[in-house]
Amino acid sequence: MNNQLVIIGAGPAGLSAAIEAARYGVKVLVIDENDKPGGQLFLQTHKFFGSRHHMAGVRGFQIGENILKQTENYNVEFLLNTVVWGIYPDRRVAFAEEGKKKGFVFGENILIATGALEKAFNFKGWTKPGVMGAGAAQYMMHVNRVLPGKKVLMVGSGNVGLIVSYQLVQAGSEVVGVIDSLPKIGGYQVHAGKIRRLGVPIITSHSIVEAFGFPCVESAVIARVDDRGKIVPGSEMEVVCDLICLAVGLRPFNELCWATDLEMRYSKEFGGFVPIHNEELETTHEGVYLAGDVSGTEEASTAMEEGRLVGVVVAEKMKLIEKRRAGELKKEVYERLRSLRSGTFGEKRAREKEDIFRDFASRGTQCIF
Amino acid sequence: MYILNKLPNDGNDGILSLERIRRLPGYPDESSFEKGPVVVIECDEDIPCNPCEDICPSGAITVGEPITNLPRVDIRKCNGCCLCITICPGLCMFVVYKNFSDTESLIYIPWELSLLPEKGTVAEGCNRRGEQVCRVRVEKVIKAKKLQKTSIIAVSVPKKYFEIVRSISY
Repeated sequence: MNNQLVIIGAGPAGLSAAIEAARYGVKVLVIDENDKPGGQLFLQTHKFFGSRHHMAGVRGFQIGENILKQTENYNVEFLLNTVVWGIYPDRRVAFAEEGKKKGFVFGENILIATGALEKAFNFKGWTKPGVMGAGAAQYMMHVNRVLPGKKVLMVGSGNVGLIVSYQLVQAGSEVVGVIDSLPKIGGYQVHAGKIRRLGVPIITSHSIVEAFGFPCVESAVIARVDDRGKIVPGSEMEVVCDLICLAVGLRPFNELCWATDLEMRYSKEFGGFVPIHNEELETTHEGVYLAGDVSGTEEASTAMEEGRLVGVVVAEKMKLIEKRRAGELKKEVYERLRSLRSGTFGEKRAREKEDIFRDFASRGTQCIF
Repeated sequence: MYILNKLPNDGNDGILSLERIRRLPGYPDESSFEKGPVVVIECDEDIPCNPCEDICPSGAITVGEPITNLPRVDIRKCNGCCLCITICPGLCMFVVYKNFSDTESLIYIPWELSLLPEKGTVAEGCNRRGEQVCRVRVEKVIKAKKLQKTSIIAVSVPKKYFEIVRSISY
């Protein structure tokens, strides 16, 4: 089995790369550990921001359906229920299919598009049933069709916390409050406005201290935090809830990158360690590319653009499109990425990316597998 | 919920003040409200987003370049068709018909909860904080078929609340 492009992760980044590469005739194999491709897109019931090109105003799961349909039009091969556990220097990708065979596939080019993981936050009682990540709550609602809790305390007011709170209200839960230890709401005002109109309070400068209840969560104690992040004694307060959702950030799902010995760097803006890469998203190992949240947690629209970019880069490398045409296509993607990384929220990410590209350039020659 | 609502939150609770909203380029001036149903855009952040501009059939909404501009509205062109309400990912667009009757205004609100009120329902009108401010009557329900799955409900409110009521609870 020899593939021109092996993609690890069938989320928005991986699938966009697969479609773009296959469009020009690249032989693509996509590997994912889930039983269905699409990644987190199928958990997103809200409409996406962006421009027409990013299908703005269309809901995430519909974008997912749309790109899955496109993979059917091209010759994209899938290997599902399969975990990739290593990438060897001779470009063998080691995989284990659930309950079945283990093996290797060769990839002339490899794309790591493993996405991001939810961060956890520990406090007394955080191991009780009823404390879960916001993404887990989303998964229960939208995939398992189970209401994860009737009274919910959301910890974290970033976009994930705000959006999942809204979805919980839509699903019939009562969100007793969204708390954030910072003095400012982290996410978009419009997302905050949606839940505020429905009567959900957002309390800044507050953190969770402890979860009570046996065997499951029955209440939580929250308290005010001062500007140094310390709990203000005497401000503790008990809130009745049966679900505590943690929406305290995401980090790149980078374990495979470490195992592949890619050079990494810490990025506060991107939530953790990211592999150092250049503008074409190639890592310090030639032929190993990144796309999506693993190259720095952002959101699905940038992930899809990064995927498309890698698709073009690989097609060019395989001499399936002319250099000039590839140049044009890449320029279009860079333009759209620039627009997605604009504004108060996006500019910081744009600067961080530039920094990573500079870091890559300063490291000199790449390691050749 | 009510306990948490009483906590002080440093004036930073995710709500735009009316003074601020009135200064937005997507907010009609006082006289424009008199002419008929007009769009009200409560969008105050430089998010890269412009589907409202694309969907508006009469070219009343402009975002332009860069895409992080706030939407501007040309009230002369707006006929209150409500298409923008359904596309906005931020659900921050409303259509307000101030002079619906002598005493009442009509407010079109995006609605995404599964429980859709019926025409004629009397409900509590809520402000941007979710606080109940007055009685409202549901005059129209436009169900989402293909409308990006966002339904629209139109409620009549006492005229003095036309800038206040932005949600209902029932």
